[in-house]
Amino acid sequence: MSVTYLEAIRAAQEKALADDPRVFIYGQDVGVFGGAFKATKNLAAEFPGRVMDAPLSEDAIVGLAIGAAIEGARPIVEMQFADFSTVGFNQIVNQAATLYYRTDVPCPIVVRLPSGGTLGAGPFHSQSMEAIYSHYPGLVVMTPATVEDAYSMMLEAVSIDDPVIFCEHKLLYYHLKADKLPDVAQPAGKARIARAGRDATVVTYSAMLHESLQAAEDLVEEGWQIEVIDLRTVKPLDTDTVLASVARTGRLLVVGEAWPWGGVTAEVISRVATEGFGLLDAAPMRLNAKDTPVPYHPDLWAAHRPTATAVAARLRQLLTQ
Amino acid sequence: MVTAVKEKTVAQNDLDPALIVRAYRVMLLSRATEDKLASLYRAGMIKGGVFLGKGQEALSTASSIFLKKGDIFGPLIRDQAGRLAFGDTVLDTLRTYLGSARGPMRGRDGNIHRGRPREGYYAMISHLGALVPVVAGGLYTRRLRGETGVVGVTCIGDGGTSTGAFHEGINMAAVEHLPLVVVVANNQYAYSTPNNRQFACADLLDKAAGYGIAGFKCDGTDPLACLETMHLAVQAAREGHGPQLVVATLLRLVGHGEHDDAGYVDPNLRKANVGRDCLEVGAKQLIDADLATAAEIAAWTKEAHAEVEQALNKAQREKGPDPNSEDWQAISTERLADGHYDAEEE
Repeated sequence: MSVTYLEAIRAAQEKALADDPRVFIYGQDVGVFGGAFKATKNLAAEFPGRVMDAPLSEDAIVGLAIGAAIEGARPIVEMQFADFSTVGFNQIVNQAATLYYRTDVPCPIVVRLPSGGTLGAGPFHSQSMEAIYSHYPGLVVMTPATVEDAYSMMLEAVSIDDPVIFCEHKLLYYHLKADKLPDVAQPAGKARIARAGRDATVVTYSAMLHESLQAAEDLVEEGWQIEVIDLRTVKPLDTDTVLASVARTGRLLVVGEAWPWGGVTAEVISRVATEGFGLLDAAPMRLNAKDTPVPYHPDLWAAHRPTATAVAARLRQLLTQ
Repeated sequence: MVTAVKEKTVAQNDLDPALIVRAYRVMLLSRATEDKLASLYRAGMIKGGVFLGKGQEALSTASSIFLKKGDIFGPLIRDQAGRLAFGDTVLDTLRTYLGSARGPMRGRDGNIHRGRPREGYYAMISHLGALVPVVAGGLYTRRLRGETGVVGVTCIGDGGTSTGAFHEGINMAAVEHLPLVVVVANNQYAYSTPNNRQFACADLLDKAAGYGIAGFKCDGTDPLACLETMHLAVQAAREGHGPQLVVATLLRLVGHGEHDDAGYVDPNLRKANVGRDCLEVGAKQLIDADLATAAEIAAWTKEAHAEVEQALNKAQREKGPDPNSEDWQAISTERLADGHYDAEEE
């Protein structure tokens, strides 16, 4: 018996609905149909009136969630693809993110963003939006990379009083599996050393964790021991864990699937450079997707995003600097 | 479903005379408050913009005066009167404009961007239309909790009807059959843009049919017509007839903000019926109906100015926020605050 990343997200939503009458789910096709990816499968039947199809209106969907949160509910809204959250962007960054600061009334909403590239998905069903939401004060941005985190961080996202942008990676939905759902959760906001090493630190998150772990494995036979850190949440960003690792290894590569300009990888490097310059034995490096829209063709896409091969190549450069 | 409400006399309507008088006194207090804001602005005593609702007091007052405790009100830029009718105070108005730390926004936001969401008084953001789905969401939750008879009112202008949020919000409220009243003040100009550059339908009321919701139309310069119309619309929403769209025609009698001389306004509009001052129309209605004498109205006006002066004296003595004691936190969950930048400064 095993559980996939997608099933973990579904199970967490089911538990949240069962445990807390304030929770409801609102989004396109999330009702009887169970969602475009089936992340809400059977939940409408299990919780009548609390898992509702919404019109094709991302602005209104997020707006409704904000009003609901003001009145004490804990809505989870699903953007069918992270890319479409741009239509609800104004509500997320200007209304939800500012509410607590302006009015002292918290805004406990969860916005689920099925994120990242998959084969053949093309420019508008592949985007990684975590950097742009992290830029705005007032949002917590979660980027789970494991089945266990998908489950426990979703539950935590629903339980906290602040708006959470929940970036779940579509590439992990079906093939990433765990034996069972976790009983104990590591709290959000803390990074995790996913693989210990001494020669270089790779800081990454979401699907790029798995590419980075593969790269680290590939470099073993070349004699390198690579430490891999899974950020888990990109906002807040656990700088302490990153700095402690760099203190051990002296070398840093930051890997992200999002576009290169600014963003999470740049932020990590900026923090290490300003706070841990003396810890570095070599200039820090980063690896992102290319600075173009995400291409459709599988060959272009494979070259557009960082892969284990690309991570390993970049690490070899870093290690011989 | 579209009901055009004609101008009515006091004798014809079924409004409580005491409510008519109360509404007029709110209009007077709003005007007195805004006159003071304008002079404070000219004296350089207000930082940032001042956005007034002069000419819109009748509609704005009517928008919220039928709401009860537990209802939701999401006012917009020119709703000083509606805010006061819903329970906002002159003191909190002045506190917010003057940046008092004791106002509801504590200096973190200013002027018209104020509210007390816990009390059903939602705080607008500057992005027009954005509050429509938010008020709908508040109502959605009330219904989920089994509360019935709750109404939400939100206000917008002719320009705001062109936004995607307005469209998405009303359509969603219609699909959800929520007790939402959207009040459109067609004040002829969105900043400087006239109606003919804003929409191509014959009448904004036509939009109601498109959304499958009820619509009402009234003369926004006529206080009694506004009260009568909003009475019907709020009642219909409260009784479970779904969203209601109210479109009132009037003229903004001031600039978009006090920085704007409104030189673009067609002088013919100022002379036309639409350019009437609703306070003058209301005074005549009260006198004609024997609800007040001219002397009483003059006394109320004086009282309104006195109330504003009193509030100003208090607000002016209050301190602004202290940057050194601010917590500079945008989220409420302390352990999830990204403290990096604070640490950088230390």
